[in-house]
Amino acid sequence: MDVHSQNVIGAKARPELIRASGITKRFGEILANDGVDLTIREGEIHALLGENGAGKSTLVKILYGALEQTSGTIAWKGKEVSISNPAAARKLGIGMVFQHFSLFEALTVVENIALALPKGEKMADLAERIVEVSNRYGLPLDPKALVADLPVGIRQRIEIVRCLLQEPSLLIMDEPTSVLTPQEADELFKTLFRLADEGCAILYISHRLEEVKRICHHATIMRHGRVVSECDPTKETPATLARMMVGEDVHAVKSDHTGAVGDVLIHLDNVSLEADSTFGVALKNISLDVHAGEVVGIAGIAANGQSELFDVISGERLVHENKSIQLLGSEAGRMKINERRRLGAAFVPEERLGHGAVPGLVLSDNVVLTRHSTGDHLIKKTVVNKSGAENMEKRIKVSYDVRMSHDNPEARSLSGGNLQKFVVGRELDRNPKVMVINQPTWGVDAGAAALIRQALINLARNGAAIVVISQDLDEIYEVADRIAVLSRGELSAPEPAQNMTRERIGMLMAGMGEANSNQQEVQHDATGA
Amino acid sequence: MNGFEALVLTIITASTPLLLAAIGELVVERSGVLNLGVEGMMIVGAVAAFGVAHVTGSPLLGVVAALFAGVAMSVLFGVLTLNLMANQVATGLALTILGLGLSGMIGEGFIGEPGQRLAALHIPVLSDLPLVGSIVFSQDILVYASIALVIGTYHFLFRTRSGLILRAVGDNHTSAHALGYSVIKVRFLAVMFGGACAGLAGAYLSLAYTPQWVEGMTAGRGWIALALVVFASWRPNRVLIGAYLFGAVSILQFHAQAAGIGVPSQLMSAMPYLATIIVLIIISRNVTLTKTNTPACLGKAFVPDR
Repeated sequence: MDVHSQNVIGAKARPELIRASGITKRFGEILANDGVDLTIREGEIHALLGENGAGKSTLVKILYGALEQTSGTIAWKGKEVSISNPAAARKLGIGMVFQHFSLFEALTVVENIALALPKGEKMADLAERIVEVSNRYGLPLDPKALVADLPVGIRQRIEIVRCLLQEPSLLIMDEPTSVLTPQEADELFKTLFRLADEGCAILYISHRLEEVKRICHHATIMRHGRVVSECDPTKETPATLARMMVGEDVHAVKSDHTGAVGDVLIHLDNVSLEADSTFGVALKNISLDVHAGEVVGIAGIAANGQSELFDVISGERLVHENKSIQLLGSEAGRMKINERRRLGAAFVPEERLGHGAVPGLVLSDNVVLTRHSTGDHLIKKTVVNKSGAENMEKRIKVSYDVRMSHDNPEARSLSGGNLQKFVVGRELDRNPKVMVINQPTWGVDAGAAALIRQALINLARNGAAIVVISQDLDEIYEVADRIAVLSRGELSAPEPAQNMTRERIGMLMAGMGEANSNQQEVQHDATGA
Repeated sequence: MNGFEALVLTIITASTPLLLAAIGELVVERSGVLNLGVEGMMIVGAVAAFGVAHVTGSPLLGVVAALFAGVAMSVLFGVLTLNLMANQVATGLALTILGLGLSGMIGEGFIGEPGQRLAALHIPVLSDLPLVGSIVFSQDILVYASIALVIGTYHFLFRTRSGLILRAVGDNHTSAHALGYSVIKVRFLAVMFGGACAGLAGAYLSLAYTPQWVEGMTAGRGWIALALVVFASWRPNRVLIGAYLFGAVSILQFHAQAAGIGVPSQLMSAMPYLATIIVLIIISRNVTLTKTNTPACLGKAFVPDR
C-alpha cells in the first residue's frame, strides 16, 4: 500500500504541533520517564516504539493529561501549556484511543460518546452527527446500540469516532490493531492516512513492527524510560527496529519447518461444547490431529472460542464423549486436568496472573500447583516438599532467564514478561509430550517472546505435539508448522504454514472459511513474516 | 371511610418508608457504591425527626432535621469509604450498628412521650372527592415526596447529562476518570443523596407511620430497602413496584391473620420476605437484564492512579 507516499515528501517542512521537552515521571523509586524529548509535526504518523516497561504508556498518559509529569515542559503549537487533565487535552485538540478500551459497556454508543464531549449538545443531534462522521471516515456505527452487545472491532470504532467528533489535531493510538483482523487493520490504516492528509497528526504505539514500517513517517524509540533513537521506519527493517528497541540483536526464532511428523498425540474428533454464558462461545464439531514433532498454530480474533478450546483440551471443562478427545493415545474427554498432566500433557492458560499463577503465592508454591502429581515428588505423604519445590523454582529461573529482584518472590511482583517466562518454563521443565498454550507471548517484549517461541519449537523438534493458540499472526507464522483458524467456535482444517497467506487467514477469521476453501488464491508474497 | 380505603391507606403508609430509602440507595448503587448502612441512617433520621418535632412542636422541622441527620451519617460513610478507602461492606455494617446504638442513646428520653403527627395536606376540591380524595389527595408531604423522587430520579438518571455521568461512574470508574470526571465527587454526592432519602424514610416512621419513638423502630426496613434495589435491578420504576408489593403483602397478611386463616402466624409474617425472595430469584434469572442494569463497579473502591 503506498497511499501515503505523497505524505512523506516534505515531512520535515511541516510545522511542529507538539514538543515535549525533558519529561520526567517518577513513581516512588522508579523513573518511568527520564528526560524524554518528543516532537510531533502536523499531518505526521509518528510511531512510538519500545519494549514493555520502556515508558511509552507513561509518556502518552502525560501528553493526554491522565498523569502529571514530575518535571519537563510541553509546548503546543509553539506555546508552553500545562495539560492538567484529559479534558484540558481534549480542549487543545488531543484525542486518545486506549489499548484497553475506556468504554462503558452498560451504556449505548451515543451515551458513550456524549460523555467524552463538552456538554451542550442534544442527544438526538449528536446521534445524527455520529452517523455522519462515522460514514465519512468509513467507520459506520449505530448510535443506539448497547456497547456490551458489540464486538471489539466495532468498540474500537466507537473510540475513534469519539475522538474524531472533537476534530483533533493529534490522535494518540495505543496498540490499535491488536484486536483486528488483517482486513480490519487495512481499513483502519486507510482512515489514518486520510486523517494525516487532512493535517491531523497521529502518535501510533504498536508492537507490530511490520505495520509501523508500512504506515509511519517517523519513529521515536524508547528504552528504560529514555529516548534512545529516532528514525524513518520506512528506511528500516523490522529486525533493525527491534534491535533499537531491545538494545541488542533479538535472537531470531529458527523453526526450519520440517514437515516430518510422528504419531498423533492430540486427537480431537468432532468436539462440541455449549456456551457457558451469554458471553461465552459454543464450540462446534472441532476435529484436529496434532502429531509428535509439530507445532499447530490456531489463529483467530479474541473471543471466538480460544478459551473454550483450551479448556476442553486441558480438562478445565469436560466434554460429553470420553473418546472425542485423545491425548497420547488415551481417551481423555472426561479426564480431570491432573490425570491429563500425568499422561504427559502440559497446559499454559492465557491469563498468567490469577489463572496460570496465584498472585499472592511465592513462585515455589506456584510450582507445586501444577507439578504436585506429575511424578516430581513434590508431595511426600500429603506434606509439601518445600526444598524440592524451591530447587525446581531455581532451576526454572536459570533455564528460562526469569528476572526477579530477590529470590522466590510472590508471583504478582514479577513483570508480565518475566512471569510468562516462569509460567511457560514451569511446564517446559517437565519435558511434556503434549503442550497446549494460549497466547504464549501476550504483552511480552520482543526478547522474552523470542525465547519462549524458540523453546516451544525446540520442544516440538524433540518429539512433542504442540498447539499454540494466538491472536498474533506474526507469532503464528514464526512458530507454526500448520495453521488453523478459529472463527465463532468453528475450526478450519489446518494447512501447512507456507500455504497460508495473511489474506486467507483474514478471510477465515471473518468466518468465510470452510465452504469455499478450494477457491484459495495463489499468493506467496505475504507468508514470509 | 370504608374498609377498602383504610386498606389502601395502610398499604401506602407501609410502603412509603421503603420507597424513600430504596430510591436513595438506588442512586448510591448506580454510582458504584454499596452502602449497607441504610438501616442505621434511617433510624438516626427517625430519632432526629421525633426529637426536633417534639421539642419545637413542628413536624416539618422534624423532617428537615431527619434529612440533615441522614446526610451527616452518609458523610461519615463517604469519608471512610471514598476518601480513606475503607471497605464498603464492613463500613456499611458498622454504620448500621452505630446508628442503632446512637439513636437508642439519643432517644432514651423520648420513650413514651407523645409524638407529633405529620399533617395530611388538604387540597381544596380534590381532597373532598370521594375515594380518590382520601387516597390520592389527602396524603402527607412525604408520600408525595416519595413519588416525586421516583419520577425525578428516573428523569435524572436517564434524561440528564449528570445522570449519564453518574451511571458511567458506576459502570466503569477507571474510564470515567480517564475522561476527566471526578469519580469521588460524583460518588460522594450520590452517597449524600442516599443519606438524605434514608433520613426522610426514618422521619416518615416516627412522624407518620407510628408518631412515637420506639428503640429499633426501623425493624429491618433498611435491609428490605437494600433488597428492593436489587429486586428492581436498579430501575426506579421497579423500585416503586417492589416497595408497594412488599408493603401490600405485609398489610394483607395482617388482614389474613385477623380473618383467622388456618396458617401459622409465623409463616404469615414471613410472607413479605418470601414474596420478595421469590420475585428476586425470578428476576435474577434474566441474565441479560441483570447484566445491563447492574452497576459493574458496585462496591469496588476507586484509587486514582495520578
